[in-house]
Amino acid sequence: MIENFDMSLVDWSRAQFALTAMYHWIFVPLTLGLAFIIAIMETIYVKTGNPEWKKITKFWMTLFGINFAIGVATGIILEFEFGTNWSNYSWFVGDIFGAPLAVEGIMAFFMESTFIAVMFFGWNKVSKKFHLISTWLVAVGSNLSALWILVANGWMQNPVGMKFNPDTARNEMVNFWDVLFSPTAINKFLHTISSAYTLAAVFVIGVSAWYLLKKLNVTFAKKSIVVAAVFGLITSLFTVMTGDNSAREIVRDQPMKFAAMEGLYDGSKGAGLVALGVMSSTSESGNDNMMDFSFKLEIPNLLSYMAYMDGDAFVAGVNDVINGYTDNDGVVHPPVATKIEMGRKAIHALKNYKQAQKDKNDALAQTSLKELNENFKYFGYGYFDDPYNTVPPISITFYSFHIMVGLGMWFLLLFTLALLFVYKESIVSKKWFLRSAIWSIPLAYVASQSGWIVAEMGRQPWVIQDLMPTLTAVSNIDTKSVQITFFLFLIVFTGLLIAEIKIMLKQIKLGPNHGGH
Amino acid sequence: MFENLSHLALQQYWWVIDSLLGSILVFLMFVQGGQTLIYRLGKSDEERTLLINALGRKWEFTFTTLVTFGGAMFASFPLFYSTSFGGAYWVWMAILFCFIIQAVAYEFRSKPSNVWGAKTFEVFLFINGLLGTILIGTAVGTFFNGAEFTVNELNQSKWANPYGGLEAVLNLHNVALGLTVFFLARLLGSLYFMNSIEHDAIFNRSKKQLLYCGIPFLVVFLFFAIRLLFMDGFAVDAETGTVSMEAYKYLHNFLAMPLVLILFLAGVVLVLFGLIKSYLAEKYTKGIWFTGGGTILVVFALFLLAGFNHTAFYPSNADLQSSLTIQNASSSHYTLTAMSYVSLMVPFVIAYIVWAWRAINNKKLDLEELRNEDHLY
Ligand code: HEM
Repeated sequence: MIENFDMSLVDWSRAQFALTAMYHWIFVPLTLGLAFIIAIMETIYVKTGNPEWKKITKFWMTLFGINFAIGVATGIILEFEFGTNWSNYSWFVGDIFGAPLAVEGIMAFFMESTFIAVMFFGWNKVSKKFHLISTWLVAVGSNLSALWILVANGWMQNPVGMKFNPDTARNEMVNFWDVLFSPTAINKFLHTISSAYTLAAVFVIGVSAWYLLKKLNVTFAKKSIVVAAVFGLITSLFTVMTGDNSAREIVRDQPMKFAAMEGLYDGSKGAGLVALGVMSSTSESGNDNMMDFSFKLEIPNLLSYMAYMDGDAFVAGVNDVINGYTDNDGVVHPPVATKIEMGRKAIHALKNYKQAQKDKNDALAQTSLKELNENFKYFGYGYFDDPYNTVPPISITFYSFHIMVGLGMWFLLLFTLALLFVYKESIVSKKWFLRSAIWSIPLAYVASQSGWIVAEMGRQPWVIQDLMPTLTAVSNIDTKSVQITFFLFLIVFTGLLIAEIKIMLKQIKLGPNHGGH
Repeated sequence: MFENLSHLALQQYWWVIDSLLGSILVFLMFVQGGQTLIYRLGKSDEERTLLINALGRKWEFTFTTLVTFGGAMFASFPLFYSTSFGGAYWVWMAILFCFIIQAVAYEFRSKPSNVWGAKTFEVFLFINGLLGTILIGTAVGTFFNGAEFTVNELNQSKWANPYGGLEAVLNLHNVALGLTVFFLARLLGSLYFMNSIEHDAIFNRSKKQLLYCGIPFLVVFLFFAIRLLFMDGFAVDAETGTVSMEAYKYLHNFLAMPLVLILFLAGVVLVLFGLIKSYLAEKYTKGIWFTGGGTILVVFALFLLAGFNHTAFYPSNADLQSSLTIQNASSSHYTLTAMSYVSLMVPFVIAYIVWAWRAINNKKLDLEELRNEDHLY
């Protein structure tokens, strides 16, 4: 069936979405995290009345503003891209997916933009308290907007709270709370925001470390480091915890993704965790998505423990998912070939149902409906021929996951050391530490982008797990149009990014004593 | 409370909300209109900076309203969202690019080391003001004149030509609406400057624009409105849902819904009153409220005209029966109900916006304030 789809259109649409989403995600985590760091700094200012803290707050606020603007610019396109490039998707699940986007606008965006204005322009116009509340509301508003879009993303990974309606040929929401409080959505939200806080903390420490290396604004830098390191230590612990919870959720709902993250081909009881691994460029199976390991360092039983809190538990690998298995909770997962069979039945039944309705053939409509409902769970599989087409690109998922986790550990260490050195009053002389703090800024971005690569590459070929393959989600437009817009985005966003980085660097050079112009 | 409403009642409720958002959006496009006047009204760098900062404190509201309008349309009428966005690809992409470049322009323009220079960002603002308004107006014109798409029995849509919606500019009536929005935005922009900036020369130059933009505005608006009353429209059979052409459909809609007619006429009067009074009086600054309020009423009435009284709000010229109505394009009863509860927050949102703005906008912007401001655009 795959042959019926224009794969170059699918690929270009994916490339464009990846490009715009990753650009957007360069700016968002800093906004989410810096907003809280600023709010904390301003709280200290209001509590102590020390003007030094006001200066600190204002400096980070300037950087926040620059970063926020480009976040907005890259964000607007994402909302509309669901319609422009994924219109079949937008119809198939719009009844569920649209609501969080609308709530985001009504609840979060207005809060953000209203109080940002107070935050920037209100210093001399409103009371200190009012200003402080506004700053906190900016933080809350931006994080709320993250909530809604992540609920939507979580729902794609684990569709709950809905029912397929054959008359409209779409999924319809039956329980808003199931959608909002789905464990996948909650974990995703918590992991995403806490990782964003971690990134912002690394950013503040890195920039401050540069001042210390240059012996500029020393008190300012030290104070900033204290706030950021405490904030970062707490939030990075939380990042690890929520990431761990996400992984446990994935074992159950997206076992193929889990196998890909861990590079686990053949599952076993007491499975080991690959702490370090290198994939070769060859594949015994002949499937480009399934490269072999040329080297791996395994910690025995740890994977089973992480997945099920039981070192002897069975963890399924790629081949188990393909061939069918019974998981540790006793749930039976049929072989993908069976799912494909059922998916085809469902697709066929939907067609028959539509035809029967046209012909006013009630009997056929009823039997088709029954068949559809029985097989709907695996609707999306009906578009595939070969079970191995449901395997995501393993090496990129595996590497991204391991890079993210590894860097997460490094950030924990970084925050701990920063606090230790500040406490011992030796941070200024620890040149190696200051340098690695600066280098950690790009690493935080790498970790954060890797996280999304895990989440989104790891779930391929699905745009909605088990129900809608990515290739059926695209708009019916010609590939050329998408190619053109892809390059337009590439040029415009890159141009803006260059300006943003230059402006930021300039502001950092000018430092906190320069009014902010 | 909402769960007891019929599906149709919820669909109508949501059409009203979306219409309201759309009409507020057109009012708030005074920001876009103002952006096209920066060089007209500002003769020195300082004056231009004053103008840009006056707009810069408001642009995000327009932007956020646009985004919310999109989100609300998606949530309430997803078939419109998927059909129009996925089909009229180039129109929407062009509109989006206009807004992408706007979002950075204010923040980056006056910052040192901004690589591309202040001029570039001013050009961005100009493009946003010029193309953004004309394209949005032209796109909304297709609500009355139809677009080229088909929808199959699985509700998957396809555009019937390779132009991705750009063909809408070939229809004079669509373009007239686009130009109407453009000139109206400039008028509102001028009125906004007269209201919020303390600067005599800028005030007087803005006032002159009321005439220069007012005359073309009237010409294109009258053309649009009169043509609308006399043209055929897309009627939906209440029983079968079949779509057919009906002569004088929009005139009929006005007559069938006198309240909408009253809103429309009252809106027109308010728009004109605000313009004329501001132009004739020596120093009248409140015109924005009349013309702005009138704008909201007129646009609101036009949306109701397009969607209510058994009318297809997004008609298809390629296949009449593919036309979208508020009934066949909407979300499920459950989703509309859930969203309706969310909509109860809107008054609260408006209240805090007004409250916050009162707190920081207690006086007009002048050069003195800009000199002491450390967050400058
Ligand atoms: C150190 C332990 C960490 C673990 C165990 C972990 C685990 C995970 C898992 C399992 C996912 C996939 C979720 C999904 O596919 O639904 C994920 C995604 C993600 N991770 Fe991590 N992560 C860790 C650290 C980090 C760090 C340090 C960052 C960034 C600073 C980060 C940023 C992200 C982001 C942005 C996503 C995508 C959003 C999401 O799906 O939740 N992670 N992480």
